Amino acid sequence: MHYIGIDIGSTAAKVSVFEDDNLIENFTMPTGWSSIETSKVIKERLEEKNIVIDESKVIATGYGRISVPYANKTITEITCHGKGTYYLLGKDSTVIDIGGQDTKIITLDKGRVTNFTMNDKCAAGTGRFLELMANTLGVSIDELSNMALSGEDINITSMCTVFAESEVISLIGSGTKRESIARGIINSITGRVYAMLHKHGTSDTIFLTGGLCEVEPFIKLLSEKLQIQVKTDSLARYAGSIGAALLTKEL
Amino acid sequence: MRPQIMEEVEGLRGINSVKIKEAHEAGKKVVGMYCVFSPSEIALAADAISVTLCGTAQGPIEDAEKELPRNLCPLIKSSYGFAITDKCPYFYFSDVLLAETTCDGKKKMYELMGKIKPMHIMNLPQTANDEDSLESWKKEMVKFKNFLEEKLEVEITDENLRDAIKLMNRERNAMKKLHKLNAHKPAPLSGMDMMLAQWLKGFNVDKEAGIDLIERLIAEVEERMAKGIYAFDETAPRILLTGCPIGSGSEKVLKALEEAGASVVALENCTGYKGLDVLVDEDENKDLMLALAEKYLSTPCSCMTNNNSRLDLIGRLAKEYDVDGVVDLTWQACHTYNIESFTVKKFVQEELDLPFIQIETDYSDSDTGQVKVRVEAFLETLERPATAK
Ligand code: SF4
Ligand code: SF4
Repeated sequence: MHYIGIDIGSTAAKVSVFEDDNLIENFTMPTGWSSIETSKVIKERLEEKNIVIDESKVIATGYGRISVPYANKTITEITCHGKGTYYLLGKDSTVIDIGGQDTKIITLDKGRVTNFTMNDKCAAGTGRFLELMANTLGVSIDELSNMALSGEDINITSMCTVFAESEVISLIGSGTKRESIARGIINSITGRVYAMLHKHGTSDTIFLTGGLCEVEPFIKLLSEKLQIQVKTDSLARYAGSIGAALLTKEL
Repeated sequence: MRPQIMEEVEGLRGINSVKIKEAHEAGKKVVGMYCVFSPSEIALAADAISVTLCGTAQGPIEDAEKELPRNLCPLIKSSYGFAITDKCPYFYFSDVLLAETTCDGKKKMYELMGKIKPMHIMNLPQTANDEDSLESWKKEMVKFKNFLEEKLEVEITDENLRDAIKLMNRERNAMKKLHKLNAHKPAPLSGMDMMLAQWLKGFNVDKEAGIDLIERLIAEVEERMAKGIYAFDETAPRILLTGCPIGSGSEKVLKALEEAGASVVALENCTGYKGLDVLVDEDENKDLMLALAEKYLSTPCSCMTNNNSRLDLIGRLAKEYDVDGVVDLTWQACHTYNIESFTVKKFVQEELDLPFIQIETDYSDSDTGQVKVRVEAFLETLERPATAK
C-alpha cells in the first residue's frame, strides 16, 4: 500500500510517498501555470515508478490542493507541515515555513498543530519577496544569501515589495555594495520572521521548512537574528508533502 | 434548511427602504445612526424613525477613496461611500445624522460627512471605568436630546422616553432570546442567518412589527428544535466570532467558517450580542438620561481604554455557548481592534484555554484563498475530524 502526499504550492509542487512505514520517494517540480496540469504530470511520474494511484491513498495540500482530482482528501498545508515536521524532527517545535506566498509560524504540541500565524495579504517577509529582490540584483537566492554574509548590516525600510524594489534600485544607484544590499534584503525577511515569531510565541526548538531550508547562509543569518540555532533537515522542503502522506494513514 | 421566516426577515431591507420613503414623504423625521453607542431611544421619543446606517458593502468604497485614504478601515470607507453616492436610501432619507467620537478614523470621516447633512456629534469618553465619564456621557445624552428637540421642533417628554426605553428593551430582549437559541447543541440557526436577523433589525422602520417578526422566527425555530431540525449536526465545531462589526456584504469570514463546516454559534461583535447584553434600567425613580448613559457607556468597544469588559463578555459567551474556538475578525487598518487582538488572544488561550485565531482582512475578494486556508487550518487544529474536501 502506498501513502501519497502532494503539496502544490505557488511556485513548486512536492510529492512524497510512503510504502507502509518507509519513506520511499520525494520529488519536486515547478507548479507552472496550471495546478491541474501539474497534478497530471505527477500522476504519470508516480506511475512510471509503479506507484498506482488507484491502489493508494492520496492527500493533497497547498494552494493547488483542490486541483488534484485523484486526491482522497484535501488538508491545509498548515496541518501537513506540522505533521511532517514532527516526523522529521521527532519532537515538538515551533515551525517556520517561508513559502512562496506566505510565511507561517506553527506551534506543535505532541505532534499536533495547536496554533499558527500567517502573514497578512502583503508579500513582505515571504519567499516571493526574496525571489523578486534576487531578480532585481540579478542573482539567485543562494547567491544572494551568500553575498549577504559579507555585507554590512543595513536595513531596507519599505514594507511593500514594490517600494522595496525601488529602494534596492536606488541603493544600487547610489553605489552601495551589493553584499550590503543583499544583507538588507535578508534582514528585511528575518526581521519580519522575528516579529511574527515573538508575537506568536516561541519555544526552544525552531525548525525551518520550505525551499529556504537548503540555503545555508540564510539559515545562518536567520539563526543570528533569532538568537537561537534554527534546525532544519535535508528533507524539510518536503515537510508538507510528507505530512500529507502520513495523514493518509488516518483516512 | 433554514427556517421559512428567514425569507421574510431577508425581505425586510427592501420593504423598509420603501417604508422609509413613504414615512419621510408623510412628514416623519428620520435619524440616521452609525454605532452601538447611539441612543435610539432619544430619537424614538422625538417621534422620529431611527435607522442604523450601513457600511458593510464593498460597492461604494471606490467612490469613498476619491476623498479618503485607501489605507483606512473598509467600514469607514463604505459608510462614507454610501453617503456621497446616494446609493443608500436610508442615508438619503435621513434628516439628521448622529455620530460619536469613537475611533480616530470614524471621527475624522464624520467631519467630512457632516458637510453633507446636519450632524450631531456625541463626545464619547475614552474610558468607562471612571465616575467623570458617566457624568459627561450623561451630559452628552442631554445635548443630543436638546439637539433633536430643536432640529425636529418637538418636545421630548419623560413619558415618551420611558416608552421608547421599554420598546427598545423589548427589541433587545427578543434579539437576545433569538441569539440564545444557538446556545443549544447543535445550533438551530446558522451564524449567517443569526447575523442577518440581527443586522437587519437596524433598518426597521416599524419597531413593533420587527419585534413581532423576530418572535415569530423564535417560535418557528423552537418548533423545529422540538422536531430535531438543526442548522448543523453535533460534530460541527462551535465558534465564537468576535471583533469588528459585520453585516451583509462583509460576511466573508463568517461565511468561510460555515462553508468549512463550522457552526458560528455566538457573535460577540456590535452587529451581534454586544449591544444586547445590557438593558436600559427601567426603574421609575431613576433619572432617564443617567439610565441611558449607563447602558450605552457599558458597550465593550475597543475604542475604550481599557476594555476589559469585552474579555468578560467573551468569557461568558464562550461558556454559555460551549464553544470550541474563538475567531477574532479585524478589518484592515482598524487599530483599536487590531491591537486589542493581542490581549484577546492571551485571554482566550490562557484564561479560557481555547484555540484562538485572528483574521485580518477587508471587504474585497482579493484574499479569499488565504482566508480560506486560515479558517480551514484553524478548524483542523480543533480536536475534531479534519474538514473534508
Ligand atoms: S465597534 Fe465600537 S465604534 Fe464600531 S460600531 Fe461598534 S461600538 Fe461603534
Ligand atoms: S472597525 Fe475599527 S476602524 Fe473601523 S470603524 Fe470600527 S473601530 Fe473604527
